[in-house]
Amino acid sequence: MEQNNFFAGIKDGFPVCLGYLSVSFAFGITAVGMGLDIWQAVLISMLNVTSAGQVAGLPILAYGGSFIELASTQLVINSRYALMSISLSQKMGKNVSFLDRFLISFVNTDEVFAIATSKPMNVGKRYMYGLTLTPFLGWSFGTFLGALAGNILPPIIIAALDIAIFGMFIAIIVPKAREEKPVLLCVLLAITLSCIFEFVPALNNLFANFSGFVVIICAVVASLIFAIVAPLPPETSGEVSEK
Amino acid sequence: MNETVRFLLGLLVMAGVTYLIRMLPMVLVKKKITNTFVRSFLYYIPYAVLAVMTVPAIFMSTKYSLISGIAGFTVALVLSYFKKGLLPVAASACATVLAVELILKAIPT
Repeated sequence: MEQNNFFAGIKDGFPVCLGYLSVSFAFGITAVGMGLDIWQAVLISMLNVTSAGQVAGLPILAYGGSFIELASTQLVINSRYALMSISLSQKMGKNVSFLDRFLISFVNTDEVFAIATSKPMNVGKRYMYGLTLTPFLGWSFGTFLGALAGNILPPIIIAALDIAIFGMFIAIIVPKAREEKPVLLCVLLAITLSCIFEFVPALNNLFANFSGFVVIICAVVASLIFAIVAPLPPETSGEVSEK
Repeated sequence: MNETVRFLLGLLVMAGVTYLIRMLPMVLVKKKITNTFVRSFLYYIPYAVLAVMTVPAIFMSTKYSLISGIAGFTVALVLSYFKKGLLPVAASACATVLAVELILKAIPT
């Protein structure tokens, strides 16, 4: 048995598409708020298709940080996709060719991965193309709308909308942290480190132009510590979800 | 370097790294990761990353006052604790910030 119906993929991907519209809308607003043009914001979304990585990369792109910082930030923040691609690779049927894998992996987001791996049967290439199509369009179009709104709405509204992307991040973290104490403690440690970098003047000055590195250092240290003190049970599949 | 050229090169680096992370394992690796430490690390990473990007930056996201940032943060925290979903949480945080900003503007200093 294999799920290989294009329209079944479209149907499963559509709720993800709607969710992406709002997140990428917030991203679009944030991007033009940092001085980027609409086409730049949309191009970032079309080529990256990832929320956390784009938000972290944004200030580095907008304010001219180094390419090394940009690359290492993406490497750390998006490292989880490597795991997802390995896992999804084993769910895909024999008709998924080499070339198909080059295309499908481009849109292997947290949500696409979660849906594809939740199927009880293998997934074929037609299903995967359907599943990735509308989320990709939603992500790109939402960014366009957000960037447009950011250019035409009055400043006080824009200022209020700037908090949207952080609100979404909180809505991803808190329900998980409420259920799982190690996640809560890991998040609190990461925040503590992040505040130390921000509020200790010597550190803040040292890393003033390296916001990406601060994200890496804090997140990696906290995750390493909790991978040691609170490892996952061996039998779970280790699926991770961004939202 | 021209600013647009610099942006495009940076974007290429960013998108290239992200794509390689997704593409190489799907094309090359066929066997499952069983190492508990690696799986655990990758399990915690997304939450830690999002938390670091949110705090303390959320308090500086509101241009006009720290108070509205704290108010928006608190509302987001409470609503997400009760699992209200991405959009309601984000929209409520925005509305809170706007309301507080408008109130602060109305109070003569």
